[in-house]
Amino acid sequence: MANVTTASILVENYDRVLVGWLKVQAKEGVKRTDLVSAKESEKQSRNLLDALAGVLPNHDSEELAEMADPSWEPVRDVLESIAENRTQRGVSTTEMGWFIGSLKQPIFEILQSELADKPRLLMREIWNTTRIVDQIVLHAIETLVRKREAIIERQRAEMTEVSAPVVKIWDRIVTVPLIGTLDSFRAQTVMENLLESIIQWEAEVAIIDITGVSTVDTLVAQHLLKTAAAVRLMGAECVICGISPKIAQTVVNLGVDLPNIVTRIDLQSGLSYAFERSGQMPGKL
Amino acid sequence: MNRSSNTTPMITVSGCVIVAIRDDLDDQDIVALQDQLVEEVSRRSAHGVIIDISSLEIVDTFAGRMLGAMAQMADIMNARTIVVGMRPAVAMTLIELGMTLDGVETALNADKAIALIMGDRLKGL
Repeated sequence: MANVTTASILVENYDRVLVGWLKVQAKEGVKRTDLVSAKESEKQSRNLLDALAGVLPNHDSEELAEMADPSWEPVRDVLESIAENRTQRGVSTTEMGWFIGSLKQPIFEILQSELADKPRLLMREIWNTTRIVDQIVLHAIETLVRKREAIIERQRAEMTEVSAPVVKIWDRIVTVPLIGTLDSFRAQTVMENLLESIIQWEAEVAIIDITGVSTVDTLVAQHLLKTAAAVRLMGAECVICGISPKIAQTVVNLGVDLPNIVTRIDLQSGLSYAFERSGQMPGKL
Repeated sequence: MNRSSNTTPMITVSGCVIVAIRDDLDDQDIVALQDQLVEEVSRRSAHGVIIDISSLEIVDTFAGRMLGAMAQMADIMNARTIVVGMRPAVAMTLIELGMTLDGVETALNADKAIALIMGDRLKGL
């Protein structure tokens, strides 16, 4: 063999590399058979090797593998689909890194046997292989992290979307049912939506239903106070209902004061208060 | 007076002073407005004041404080003062600034405020 390089090994000893790689994967414990089946793992490994064998020979082994370069697109695509698949299964970044990093060993073994008598050349090729594989590992981890961030972002957006629906419950009465925990971000969204809806429907009474709020601490109480004050500034009145015995206890024990805020035990009594305030009689409308 | 172009128009309808605050008021204009308002209340012996701030898009602590002060002044002159038409963004800003304008009465729009003031007067008659 005239010139043994990482690229030529991949092309000429494809099967040996693949078998070696799969073996190392099993040995290093990066083959998460509980998350990714052996068959799938093999298919992914094969795809990545195929892409690499297609891309590498077109490159001078001296130049640094530039993952952003258009010529690397097949490799990027394969990594993308692997990352996509593994993110959904909950594979960690370390496992993803090891999965690809373990490709080094079979290549090194072949390099060693081919270039045993040329230590200088061997060193150079080992370095080249390391560089290429490391680049791919880094890119794979980055892709994995990006996929995860996208998932988190999407879930957060979905959360905010469903978390603060303001409902016009009656003429000049709006209500917003709160569920779960109330953090600053959500509290802000609730306040914005509520104030906008007061303008939109010319509401006189805004009911905040906290039946679904699990705990009320000082921070949540403060958010509620702020919202109530803003509603008042807009010229409407705020009623907080759904105060459970537990919430009443915590609020008082925390020493939180709810001045000038009308509170009611459930939505029904909140609504009847709102009817009274806006001078309406349900049933007669 | 070279600032006369910046005075805010005020109309008094059956003893109720109505002021619509413009968006481009600077601090000096607000002080001038305050003078003008208390003068008008006393001259017409008004029993109600409506301050419409629906065109106000930005408030700072000074404007917020003056708004509160104006309402209090008119109140002690025995005129029921109602601030109307506050925008959501303005309300949120004032709350974040810690100004809840506790002594100030508010209503959704001038219509509702007039109903409140007139209702008061009819009761008094």
